[in-house]
Amino acid sequence: MINKQVNSVHDAVANILDGATVMIGGFGEAGSPIELIHALIDHGAKDLTVVNNNTGSGHVGLAALIENKRVAKMICSFPRTANSTVFPELYKKGEIELELVPQGTLAERIRAGGAGVPAFYTATSVGTPLAEGKEVRNINGRDYVLEYGLTADFSLIKCLKADRYGNLIYNKTARNFAPIMAMAGKTTIVQTREYVDAGEIDPEIVVTPGIFVDQVVTVANPLHESELVAAEEVYP
Amino acid sequence: MNEQVIGWNREQMAERAAQDIPNGAYVNLGIGIPEKVVRYVPEGREVIYHTENGLLGMGDAPEPGKEDPELINAGKKLVTAIPGAAYFHHADSFSMIRGNHIDICVLGAMQVAENGDLANWSTGNPDAIPAVGGAMDLVAGVKTINVITQHCTRNGEPKLVSKCTFPLTGVGVVSRIYTDLAVVDVTPDGFKLVELAPGVDFDYVQERTGCTLNAA
Repeated sequence: MINKQVNSVHDAVANILDGATVMIGGFGEAGSPIELIHALIDHGAKDLTVVNNNTGSGHVGLAALIENKRVAKMICSFPRTANSTVFPELYKKGEIELELVPQGTLAERIRAGGAGVPAFYTATSVGTPLAEGKEVRNINGRDYVLEYGLTADFSLIKCLKADRYGNLIYNKTARNFAPIMAMAGKTTIVQTREYVDAGEIDPEIVVTPGIFVDQVVTVANPLHESELVAAEEVYP
Repeated sequence: MNEQVIGWNREQMAERAAQDIPNGAYVNLGIGIPEKVVRYVPEGREVIYHTENGLLGMGDAPEPGKEDPELINAGKKLVTAIPGAAYFHHADSFSMIRGNHIDICVLGAMQVAENGDLANWSTGNPDAIPAVGGAMDLVAGVKTINVITQHCTRNGEPKLVSKCTFPLTGVGVVSRIYTDLAVVDVTPDGFKLVELAPGVDFDYVQERTGCTLNAA
């Protein structure tokens, strides 16, 4: 019988090795799998390359992973946010690498990686510093920049409901990068608020089909990053 | 010191920009003054707002007690979804942008050049943390790019210039600019005045523009 359920967030991240590339879902706190990130901090894997739109807030979640020196390189579009101090400090000291990618190009690189497309051309960033050193090709009279697909050893995402086969649905704008990261991760680990048996999610509304999901762990009442940041919590 | 003694204020700039949004348009609004455009779309027009983090049909801020930290806009502010809204993932959201499906984007600017080049993401200062978000995707893919900005910087430097000195967001992308002093179009012949703010004359705007402004 197919069973992707894992008992704890710590078991879920136990195979993540030093040097791994890890995609982490979320746009700001919406969709951030904060319990999986905290378990990854406890697990101790380091020299990670992390793909996320941002770099976390305060001293919890992704910001805490960075603050605990587990991340060698961030691939993201917007490393500054209102309460983001951890990444800027390390970046200014030269202790963390940054690959800055336009947000839509980041999304398409992830989608392409998950779809088996090694590279694609986009008009985004043509004529800007972010296109420097990249191949440019004129197609039908317009210039496009070559961008490469992105894959990951692991993707960590959060959803609203998962079934036994790993079919997923999400909550509102917390969906953001999760469906494409699920496709692009060799091993995709999901934290879900609710776990149900196969057949209990209408196939017409499944957003991420279970083929893209390897492990599911139930976190019924996930923490809210903004509340932790407001309370000045520090993890661990 | 309040230098803005004449011309349009921020609300009026947003109100003026809203007049040019037609019924049925799919619109993406940048952070800052562009966000105010929502309030001024003329009555009788139905406009669908896109926020690139994954929502078509973005509504107002939620009432107290109805906030959901997982329902936010691109500026990470709490929002609502209108009846008939749709959620989608990031690759779909940027397919709407890159694939020319969004009709109008209204953005802020640091500089706009007379050929329509836009700079709005970086000063190029090596000490600053670079951050771009979706700006380059929006200007490359949305059908019409309009800008709302003060005509000059706080130090009185023109923001409408012959050539941008800051790193570009996109090349030749801007159509129309709404400033505190005027509405200006980008044309093949450079900047062209469309409309002056009340109490402002052409020479006043030309003096504060970094290159030739063609008369209306």
